Amino acid sequence: MNRRTVVILAATLAVILAVTTSKLFAAQPAAAPEAAPITLIQNATILTVSHGTIEHGSILIKDGKIAEVGESVKAPKDAQVIDANGQFVMPGIVDCHSHIAIDGDVNEGSISVSSIANTADVLNPEDVDIYRDLAGGVTVANILHGSANPIGGQTVVIKLRWGQPASKLPFEGALPGIKFALGENPKHSNFGGRGREARYPATRMGVEETIRGAFSEARDYKAKWDDYNKRSAAGEKNLITPRRDLRLDPLVEVLEGKRYVHSHCYREDEILMLLRVAKEFGFKVRTLQHVLEGYKVADELAAAGVGASTFSDWWSYKEEAWNAIPYNAALMTRRGVVVSINSDDAEEATHLNQEAAKTIKFGGLSHDEALKLVTLNPAIQLGIDKRVGTIDTGKDADLVIYNHDPLSAYAVVQKTFIDGRVLFDRQKDLGDRPNLEKEKKALIEKEKKEQKDDKKSDAKPGDKKPDEKPKPQGDAVVLGGVL
Amino acid sequence: MKFNLLSRVAMTTAVATLAFSGAAFAQQEAPTTFAITHAKIFTLAGAPVDDGVLVIKDGKISAVGTNVDVPAGAQVIDGKGLQVYPGLFDPVTQIGLSEISAVSATVDTTETGMINPDVVAADAVLPSSDHIPVTRAAGITEVLAVPASGGFDSRGNSNLLGGQASAIHLAGWTINDMLIKKSVAMVIDWPTIDTESFDFTTFSRKQKPYSEAKQEYDKQVDELSDWLDNARHYAVAWGHGGPAEYQRDLKLEALVPVIRGELPVLVFASRAREIRAAVEFCDKQKIKMILAGGAESYKVKDLLRSKNIPVILQPTLTEPLDEDDPYDRSLSTAAELADAHVKFAFGSFDNSFARRLGQQAANAVAHGLAYDEALKAVTIYPAQIFGLSDQLGTLENGKIANIIVTNGDPLELTTDVRYLFIKGQLMSTRNKHQELYEKYLNRPKAK
Repeated sequence: MNRRTVVILAATLAVILAVTTSKLFAAQPAAAPEAAPITLIQNATILTVSHGTIEHGSILIKDGKIAEVGESVKAPKDAQVIDANGQFVMPGIVDCHSHIAIDGDVNEGSISVSSIANTADVLNPEDVDIYRDLAGGVTVANILHGSANPIGGQTVVIKLRWGQPASKLPFEGALPGIKFALGENPKHSNFGGRGREARYPATRMGVEETIRGAFSEARDYKAKWDDYNKRSAAGEKNLITPRRDLRLDPLVEVLEGKRYVHSHCYREDEILMLLRVAKEFGFKVRTLQHVLEGYKVADELAAAGVGASTFSDWWSYKEEAWNAIPYNAALMTRRGVVVSINSDDAEEATHLNQEAAKTIKFGGLSHDEALKLVTLNPAIQLGIDKRVGTIDTGKDADLVIYNHDPLSAYAVVQKTFIDGRVLFDRQKDLGDRPNLEKEKKALIEKEKKEQKDDKKSDAKPGDKKPDEKPKPQGDAVVLGGVL
Repeated sequence: MKFNLLSRVAMTTAVATLAFSGAAFAQQEAPTTFAITHAKIFTLAGAPVDDGVLVIKDGKISAVGTNVDVPAGAQVIDGKGLQVYPGLFDPVTQIGLSEISAVSATVDTTETGMINPDVVAADAVLPSSDHIPVTRAAGITEVLAVPASGGFDSRGNSNLLGGQASAIHLAGWTINDMLIKKSVAMVIDWPTIDTESFDFTTFSRKQKPYSEAKQEYDKQVDELSDWLDNARHYAVAWGHGGPAEYQRDLKLEALVPVIRGELPVLVFASRAREIRAAVEFCDKQKIKMILAGGAESYKVKDLLRSKNIPVILQPTLTEPLDEDDPYDRSLSTAAELADAHVKFAFGSFDNSFARRLGQQAANAVAHGLAYDEALKAVTIYPAQIFGLSDQLGTLENGKIANIIVTNGDPLELTTDVRYLFIKGQLMSTRNKHQELYEKYLNRPKAK
């Protein structure tokens, strides 16, 4: 029984039978990954993204990297050969805005500055959305905190290494980030009230002041530490170490350029507001997320060198999305902004290739420009473009095979590679289904029988009553904090 | 903030109105006869016609074929290299009832209370809604505006009896221009057995035992049953004498066409358990059922086929219900229904994403549905399901001329709609999004 089966069945049974099934499903240790096989993908239409399309081309994968790509590639004898039969190969999709693999809620919404929270601390490698997004060609995702706070939690870039433990998910060497949020969500426009206490800020003015206030503190805090470190290095004795502030540490990293700012935003005014604040405190905003009115201030974004990560065609779900247009990505691209299209949603992530294709219709981007929106550009935005985002020698073998041109609604992912390993294979997935069904039925039967037996033994006089089941917790959750 | 909002709404409405009135002034002198020539015509009532001619006269299709004369005075559209299809039909939207989902002042989708059979979508459809030209540009020429049908942000509101859905053209100065049929279905949101609920006053999840949840569910089904029984009694009283004989009740009156089998019920249900219960209920009540949503309709396909119950399928681009569902569960349901000969249509169930209707259908093709079936499931099948196929859904003589002329497959992501006719009028495909695009495309370079 593979690991996925265990996870999935455990969850299902928990739902169906509402009993603890832990004795059936003792956690299995994740197997140490074997060395990735040497693989040759041949006879493929290769969408390199960096240097055009290679018809009938080949890609040699060695040690998890792309060893060679071209029209004719010589492979060692022991290479495993995959004949693509003319199918399309593109770089793995990089999703610059995701909330998959987060255990529990994505918002620490109780405070205005929640920089203490970190998505990297709560990665759940068994979240089925990892597998589903892999099946949609996604290989890398930027796992963001929610948008309930002007300054939200810390964020992490992961590879969708399905089957590996949480410690293996983070993208090695990728700079960590922090989520900021502007507009309706941090001021709780759409989900405040209804018996909840108002929380500062409640206006866009207050959002600005919250960020300025936090960075004022961070700057003073940094000065204290800089002074301490300087004097300590100079050999000064009896120094008092400044008190550590977990809330401000990540902001100091932002000031030092060691942590990227990914800011949720919608309206043109708040976009420019954040750029002013960033200038005042001397930090860079790495990406603007959603940025649905980015097209109105595209020149300003280009001048500030800030990346824009947006939706394909979402609009009108709230007031600040009322002027959203599907031409946003193309317009910003034309004005020189590095643009990506993201999902913000586990399901949307499964067809980001299709979402990118819409920019050909809305704004007239070329085939390659459209592909870049979900490959190279998000990789640039996350600072990992030396490793992923194109099909070039030396890059990670994160690849997707589609049966048609991926910029078509008829294209279906056949295989997804990460680090040269096939982590999704459609034929294998289809082939495994009958056995999974059988296993599921057998487990349900077994559990039913055990329940029946338990009841019988409970009925015996003199037996002690089964333990009271723990009362369900009334988890406080915040809705609407994601978009 | 309020003033800001108002002025923003006012501004965008003004832009849309200008675009619209531009087309309409032309309308006064516009020809009523059109001929699309040299196009490939997909009538969906037979094989495609290569190098064909389609003639529109007085709002209707008057000729389709190869040996068709272009009438004198007709405005001719050279369709060389283009393709002609019936306009797409989206059978579940909130178009005209909702502008900005999160701004309640702009949302009229769902009434308060549980029993609202007497409310009718057409009474609140806003003809100048910005959603209409945007949706039209995607090749959608007619929709159902469906009360109590959810949408992107429905805030958990639901009705047991949600009101009457209206079929509308996506063009017109007033609802009278737009109306295809005022009442095409009665919305029922089938109750579910929920052991977990969300309490908005405390913002927390609440759990309850199954027995309690089941009791609440049974109570709701009984309530539904009582309303229909009362409607039957009411219909009898109504048939026996004037208003003096009975007290008029608008809710019961609205249910009379349902119990008479004249108005189908559009039942929203996802799980197989609820679908089965709804089918059994409608069978017993002898009312005509159309299933909406149907996430697990594949589990009850034989039942649906045997009872002739059509399905308006939830968007194919929807996450599977359960963790252990195959990853492509929602994508392959359409093909399974087609194989089982269950009649179905695709629906967007939304306003913002209505323009993804073609994409939804194409994704089903990618997962096993025959292409022709997909095309029919966004044109003639929804028309058949709601009893409108004598007027819409195919390109045949005498049908209302709701037609699109495209540069390719209308389900594909990159295809453009070049010409669009509604009720035989050549309509603009311009919209708010295009206006904003052009405005900011022409913004002088910032200093």
